[in-house]
Amino acid sequence: MTMLKQAKFFWTSIVLAVIFAVVMQFLINGGSLNQFYVNTLFFIGINIILAVSLHLIIGITGQFSIGHAGFLAVGAYASAIMTMKLSLPFPVALLVGGVAAAVAGLIIGIPSLRLKGDYLAIATLGFGEIVRIVFLNIDYVGGASGMTVSHFTTWPWLIGCVILTIVVIANFTNSTHGRACISIRENEIAADAMGINTTYYKVTAFAIGAFFAGIAGALYAHNFYIIQPTNFGFLKSFDILIFVVLGGLGSMSGAVIAAILLTIISTYLSSYPEVRMVIYSLVLIVMMLFRPQGLLGTKEITSFFKVGKAAKGGVKHDNKNPVA
Amino acid sequence: MELIQQLVNGISLGSIYALIALGYTMVYGIVKLINFAHGDVFMVGAFIGFYSITILDLGFFPALLISMVACAIFGVLIERIAYKPLRNATRIAALITAIGVSLFIEYGTIYIRGAQPEAYPDGIVPLKTLEIFGVKISGQSILILGTSLILMILLQFIVHKTKIGKAMRAVSHDMDAARLMGINVNNTISATFAIGSALAGAAGVVFGVYYTKIEPLMGIIPGLKAFVAAVLGGIGIIPGAMTGGLLLGVIESLVSAAGYSLWRDGVAFVVLILILIFKPAGLFGKNIREKV
Repeated sequence: MTMLKQAKFFWTSIVLAVIFAVVMQFLINGGSLNQFYVNTLFFIGINIILAVSLHLIIGITGQFSIGHAGFLAVGAYASAIMTMKLSLPFPVALLVGGVAAAVAGLIIGIPSLRLKGDYLAIATLGFGEIVRIVFLNIDYVGGASGMTVSHFTTWPWLIGCVILTIVVIANFTNSTHGRACISIRENEIAADAMGINTTYYKVTAFAIGAFFAGIAGALYAHNFYIIQPTNFGFLKSFDILIFVVLGGLGSMSGAVIAAILLTIISTYLSSYPEVRMVIYSLVLIVMMLFRPQGLLGTKEITSFFKVGKAAKGGVKHDNKNPVA
Repeated sequence: MELIQQLVNGISLGSIYALIALGYTMVYGIVKLINFAHGDVFMVGAFIGFYSITILDLGFFPALLISMVACAIFGVLIERIAYKPLRNATRIAALITAIGVSLFIEYGTIYIRGAQPEAYPDGIVPLKTLEIFGVKISGQSILILGTSLILMILLQFIVHKTKIGKAMRAVSHDMDAARLMGINVNNTISATFAIGSALAGAAGVVFGVYYTKIEPLMGIIPGLKAFVAAVLGGIGIIPGAMTGGLLLGVIESLVSAAGYSLWRDGVAFVVLILILIFKPAGLFGKNIREKV
């Protein structure tokens, strides 16, 4: 019975998302949305993918990674090389961007996921910086002046990738593997004792998160005409981290909502960049002081509609448990 | 000769890293928090030094002292407002707060005074360039080294010979036991922040004198590298931070000298990852057995 209900819910959401995508496509084609709104929409889409992919690493698996912009950079550059230097079609570039980032995730994840908490955070931050410095020093991709990229990101590709990311990560979370990841977040030693191969699951989650960040990178590169190493500094990583933290660590809908809200806010504040950052940082501090579990905590938005029934699956999260 | 010249440069740079790393390592040792805002305290110190030299028309040493005192107060304020309420919160919450404080200081500074860089005036330091066997040692280098050495010796004295130093060591060993022994833990933690921030402020002024150019975002990279230095030496260990800082400075100068100056920033992080993988407790650290 619950299986049937879940399947019904799943398909309803997919149909709704597709209807939304088609309606937006008509609005964009018909010109009822001006370019400013379209750009914001694209930006929101890319940020949702980034937020959801980092949510898998931090929120579900509990591995505190703050070098996510590195994977974004790998995906962006790999896909840009495919389309601009090798003149391959955009879908191939999209896939290559994702795969390249996933490989980078494996290379980074295998040694550094042995570390815990603060050390892991710093190691991933270091890796993010190394990626940026490597791109800065390769003349083939333009060095500091960056690389010009044609505009290939269209609405169908974007919304397709967003839906794909959400579906894959939501299903992963509800699978055996996802539950193993959640158990690692809750208590790594206990998970180990229950016979879960913690290293395997941590690396898998890391690689999947990196894959989708790479896809976001490909979409990003083919949306902004130019990519430069400075776009992928750790401020970008912090931006993504803020989506996940504000939404609630462990809540995918929270991450999505935070990505949407913060992208809209920062678009409107883009003419005052320092005010934007001051507000961002204050929100971050106040949030951690008064509501450290984020907007939604570990709950999903759907659980608020099921009145009188405890949300199944997810974990009752007691705040005192260290996540990292 | 070239090599020795680079070594001298590396030691000068490294002593700046060491001064910042000391603050990181002391704070981490006592509250287990990576104080991301530490690099920004360093930046604030550089600006306070700059304004006291240009506007108040002071010499190097008064400016250094003003900067240290102001930074100590600033550090205590940060601790009291942002970190103290989170003392029993999760590690991730504390880390994110630290990132938030860091961003707030950086962009608050830009908001107040704009993002334009400033240049320390020349001739603050009346020392002449020394030449020993063909190796040129500038007055600034000597000043940096001297200042850092004196401050480090002072720090060792405070930590090992005074009452507050004893309290700091006790709290970093076991906070609850220290509280039971009648140590005022809150004041001790504040004192740690004050001392660490004062060292960062001194490093800021010294950095300004040595490299001339200062700007609101200058604290990020030295801050991260100083953290690398602290991890390299073994985080929480004071002599480790000094050694790590000097070592990192020398490594960076040697990499620049080998002609890879653009890769210089990357090397620090490579060092960090290597040390984390092969000897996560740091050069001076001991392995701690994990208990369930």
